[in-house]
Parts: sequence; structure tokens; C-alpha cells
Amino acid sequence: MAQSTAAVKKRKGILGGLALLAIIAGLCWSLFVAPPDAYQGEVQRIMYLHLPSILTAYLSYFLVFIGSGMYLWKREKKDDLLAHAAAELGVLFTALTIVEGSIWGKPTWGVWWTWDARLTLTAILLLIYAGYLMLRSLIDDEQRAASAAAILGIIGFLDIPLIHMSVYWWRTLHQPPSILRPDKKPWENVHPAMLTALAISFVGFLLLYFYLLSLRYRVGEMRQEIKALRLERGT
Amino acid sequence: MTLLRQTYLLLSKDLLIELRRRDSLLTMFFFGTLLLFVFHFAFDLPPDKVAELAPALLWLAFLFTGTLGLAQLFQAERDNHCLDALLLSPLDRGALFLAKTGFNFVLMFVVELVVIPLFWVLFNLSAWNLLPQLFLVTLLGTAGFCVLGTITAAITLRARARELLLPLVLFPLMIPVILATIRCMESIMTTGGMTAAMPWLRLLTGFDVIFLTIGILIFDWVIES
Repeated sequence: MAQSTAAVKKRKGILGGLALLAIIAGLCWSLFVAPPDAYQGEVQRIMYLHLPSILTAYLSYFLVFIGSGMYLWKREKKDDLLAHAAAELGVLFTALTIVEGSIWGKPTWGVWWTWDARLTLTAILLLIYAGYLMLRSLIDDEQRAASAAAILGIIGFLDIPLIHMSVYWWRTLHQPPSILRPDKKPWENVHPAMLTALAISFVGFLLLYFYLLSLRYRVGEMRQEIKALRLERGT
Repeated sequence: MTLLRQTYLLLSKDLLIELRRRDSLLTMFFFGTLLLFVFHFAFDLPPDKVAELAPALLWLAFLFTGTLGLAQLFQAERDNHCLDALLLSPLDRGALFLAKTGFNFVLMFVVELVVIPLFWVLFNLSAWNLLPQLFLVTLLGTAGFCVLGTITAAITLRARARELLLPLVLFPLMIPVILATIRCMESIMTTGGMTAAMPWLRLLTGFDVIFLTIGILIFDWVIES
């Protein structure tokens, strides 16, 4: 038991170290190697953080969905712990995206915030999953909290395409995607150094995400262990 | 077939209780009317702007009154542990979902049937001929609200501060319905026809169908004790 926890800890340490290295490499690449944007200049470099953080947030919400579904199906505590951990990180990364977007928006659009479709969608995601976390914290019975949260994790995720569609019809101002475009291949449109910087940043964010997820998951596990020990001793 | 029959029985039980007590219906109706007055004081609506703002104001009123109804939706079941008794009976949980959705839908729609004409009277709107189309949009929007509202009311049932939590969880999920109904009604009010509103109506119908199906499928897990 003790050895296996030591091994797990070591693996986590390696994961964290790799995340740190990749993020430093990504920062160097995006700050010094990639050229400034033709129109927006230096400020566009924030994209190397903005895009990876929102993609990580989406990944996180997908994991909430998977964890919730698995929990309702198999009723195993680990799936619930996964969903809970992923929801917290999803909220964190969504909030980061909004902050970075604001910092990018002020010099390029002249405003911190605008009611554009993609911004609105991101804000709504933040609200949905903040509600998810609140729901969890307000139900005392642990099993009930887990199944209620799992239901919300599923409905919330299935609602995303509908919200997406409705806010897009409502309005759109955000710059269209410049990397994945239907008319051009990515490497024809974007400077290769930019793509490399973005790719390294993305890998860094993914590693960081899984490092944080494993830590947060472990916190959940330890809470369970403490509870079990207390029950055993009758305190 | 059993599903429909069970739904009918449960729904008629709820409607009968409501007819005897009239708690929810009356409070919702007066709250909705009160909101119209509050909006008038808040915005001091000039006559030429009212038609433009009508859909948004009406839907705000419906959202708030609907939430009021949802907060009460499982009240009868919570008192005296009636929910446990219902869950013990050989009953399809999907029927319980349909009945509760239907019940809240009836309450809300009755309120809306009165509040919309009242709005027209209070704010001197002339477009009475548009009411049938507007009611169709309201019908679909209210259905969406009740379907998702019933699921959220059921999952917040055992939470502390559930009356506060319910709108917090529900409103972000309702964005498609809110946007679709208001834009739909706006385009009906400005163009006088349904054609421009069609994409929004389709979205609204899609929302209703998707979450009605999901609700029937997952209500087993939603309501378990």
C-alpha cells in the first residue's frame, strides 16, 4: 500500500514536472520564436494561452459528462469523484479563458466585454458549472448529491449545443476561426512558428490539466478515506 | 399505454388538489400581474416603445412566475412523505415526470392566458390579431421551461436553500428557450407573420422534444430516494 502510493506520487511528480517544462517551452516559443500577428501585433500572443485554456475547459466538461454517465450506470464512487474534480477544473479554466479574453479584447476591440456569441456561450458555461458545484455543496446526503450532480452534468452537457446554436443566431462578432478554416489548410494560412507555439502550449495545458485533475481526484479520495476511518472508530 | 394512463391519474390528482386549494395558481397569477406593474414603474414605458419591449417583459414575468410554481411543485409530495409512497407504488417514473411537467405546464399556461391579454389592455397595444401566433410561441416556450424545470426541481428537492438554488441551476440551462421565445415573439410583433420566426420555432420545438425524451428516460435516477 505504502509503496504503491509512493509510486503514484512519483508518477504525479513527473507529470507535474513535464507540465511545467512544456508550459515554459510554450511560453518561450510563443513570446520569442513566433512572429507577431500581421494586424494585431504583439497582443495577439495571448492567443497561445487563450485557445489552450478554452479547449482544456471543454475537455473538462466532457469528462464531467462521462463521469456523470458512468456514475449513474455503475454507481461507483470513483466516477463521481472524477466528475466533481473535472467540474471544478472546468470552472477554473473557463474563468481563466474569460480573463485572458478580456485582456485581449480591450486593446483589439476596445472593450473588456461584449455580448458576442462565443463570449456569451463561455459565460453561460461558467454559470452552468458554477451552479453544478453549488448544487453539490448544498445537498448534505452524499449519495443524493452525487446522483443529483450527475443528472445536471448530463443535462448541462447536452444543453451546450442548443445554447451554442441559439447564441450564434443571436449575434456574432468574435473573429472567425483562423486556424481551422474550410477554405485553407492550417499551414497555408498561419505562420508555422505560430502553429508550433500553439501546439506546445496546448500540450503544456493538457499536462497541467491532468496533473491538477489527479491532485483534485486524490483530495476527493482522501476525503472518502477520512470518512471511512471516522466511521470505523466511531467518532 | 400504461404510461399515459398513469400520467393521467397522477395529473388529475394534482389538478384536483390544486382546484381544492388554489395555492399555486392564485399566487402565480397575482405575482405575474404584480410584475407587470413593477415593470411599468421601473421602465416608465412610453407607448411607442411598449410593443418592442412586450416579448421581453412578458417572458421575464413568465420566468419568475414559473419558478415560483416549480418551487412548489413537489410540495405536496414532500409533506407527510407522500413521495416515498408514490415511489413505492408500481409506477413508471416517466409517468411521474410527465404528470409533474404537465401540471406545472397547465398552471403556467392558464396564468399566461390571462396575463398576455392583460398586458395588451394595460399598455394599450392594438395588435390583438397577433395573439394566436404569440400563444403558440408561448405554448412551446412554456413546455420547454416546464420540462427542464421539472427535472431541476426534482434534483434540487433535497438541497438546502432549494428555492434559491433552483433558478440558479435552471436559468443558465434555459437560455435557448429564453432567446428563442423572445426573438420569435419580436419577429411576429414586427412583421406580423410567422415566416421570419420559423428557425427559432424549430429550435424551440427541438429543445422541447430533446428534453422531454431525456426527462422520461432519466427520471428514474432523478427522483430516486
